[in-house]
Amino acid sequence: MMTPRESALRATLLLAFALAAVSAPAGAKTASLEDAAGNYRIASSSSIQFSVPQVGGGGGLAGNFGKFSGRFQIDGNNVERSTVEFTLYPESVRAREQRIEDFLRSSAVFDTANYQTVTFRSTSIRQTGPDTATVEGALTARGKTRKERFTVTLTNWDRRSISFTIRGSIRRAPYGMDVGTPIYSNVVDFDMNIKGTRR
Amino acid sequence: MLRNKEGGFGVITIVLHWTIALLTLGLILVGFIMRRTDIDPTLQFSLYQWHKSIGFTVLGLALLRTIWWLVERSPHPVPGLRPMEHIAARATHTTLILLGIVTPLAGWAVASASTLNIPSFYFDLIVIPHLPLAQSEASEAFWALIHAWLAYIVLGLVAVHAAAALYHHFIRRDEILTRMLRSGFRSGRAGACFSQKSRRCQEE
Repeated sequence: MMTPRESALRATLLLAFALAAVSAPAGAKTASLEDAAGNYRIASSSSIQFSVPQVGGGGGLAGNFGKFSGRFQIDGNNVERSTVEFTLYPESVRAREQRIEDFLRSSAVFDTANYQTVTFRSTSIRQTGPDTATVEGALTARGKTRKERFTVTLTNWDRRSISFTIRGSIRRAPYGMDVGTPIYSNVVDFDMNIKGTRR
Repeated sequence: MLRNKEGGFGVITIVLHWTIALLTLGLILVGFIMRRTDIDPTLQFSLYQWHKSIGFTVLGLALLRTIWWLVERSPHPVPGLRPMEHIAARATHTTLILLGIVTPLAGWAVASASTLNIPSFYFDLIVIPHLPLAQSEASEAFWALIHAWLAYIVLGLVAVHAAAALYHHFIRRDEILTRMLRSGFRSGRAGACFSQKSRRCQEE
């Protein structure tokens, strides 16, 4: 779950940066493509939250990841050639109680004993609006790699940093994480606020 | 055939008795396995959900069993049963009937009071709502303890109940066990067989 999201985040960040550079600046501020172009590191102040709806409503499962890293490059000449890489450490998962965290780390879900990271590597970025983009990439979790897609919205930027909201819905079953379905949805909703700082 | 008679149990009583018995023993077995600390977490999650679905099934059957037990006549005690034996048997049966309802209710309370707030999705078909209990670690632990102890008591009483049935069948050689196995057992010649205390007669 986390991995796709992270990947999406990376992709989104890249896309957002590109968008900011290309489209947003025109209408909004004096930002230019050259301003946004560059290499960024995903700041630890970013947040990666996820939720899994449950049958009958009532909140479901939610949590976040405390440890992750990543970088993205915004191509000033061609946003769609921007790239993003993201690594998530599922061991750092936080939920509302210890039992849930332990379960998420266990062999039932992330299997952190055997798979320490979830990674995302963008493969294509497409601008969908003045400040939005879609990032596609390869998400790898529990040794399985699949193509996933995230939507990125640029929320803020300045000379030194850029921020995006990244959302994506990832099916967990293909990654061998189908435990608890259909009580808990197969689809995990990721909601990330990613901040990139210039390297 | 369906209803109890003076001399034996009808099909409804017999089917309810053995269905509840088998499901209850299955629940206790699953209960022990799913509480093991070294269990695979995926299997554990599944076992808990099976335990809940089967438990709700037993609750429904136990309610039917209780209603049937209240409205339907009971067969006469077998001849030769001492008054104290009859009283002990009645007490065991009454307690088992009540525990058949109370134990699943306590299990329902565990699921309801748990801070995990996992829905009870009956055989993945319909959501059974939680009982109106406050969700807290203390409440969950309390009901889990009650549920476990009720299950232990059920297990103990089932052992006593089964031992008594086997004692009657093999030592006393009366029809206590067989009349819970076959409906309309005691008809015609069976009565004569009983008086002879012969198992061969029953097989005719």
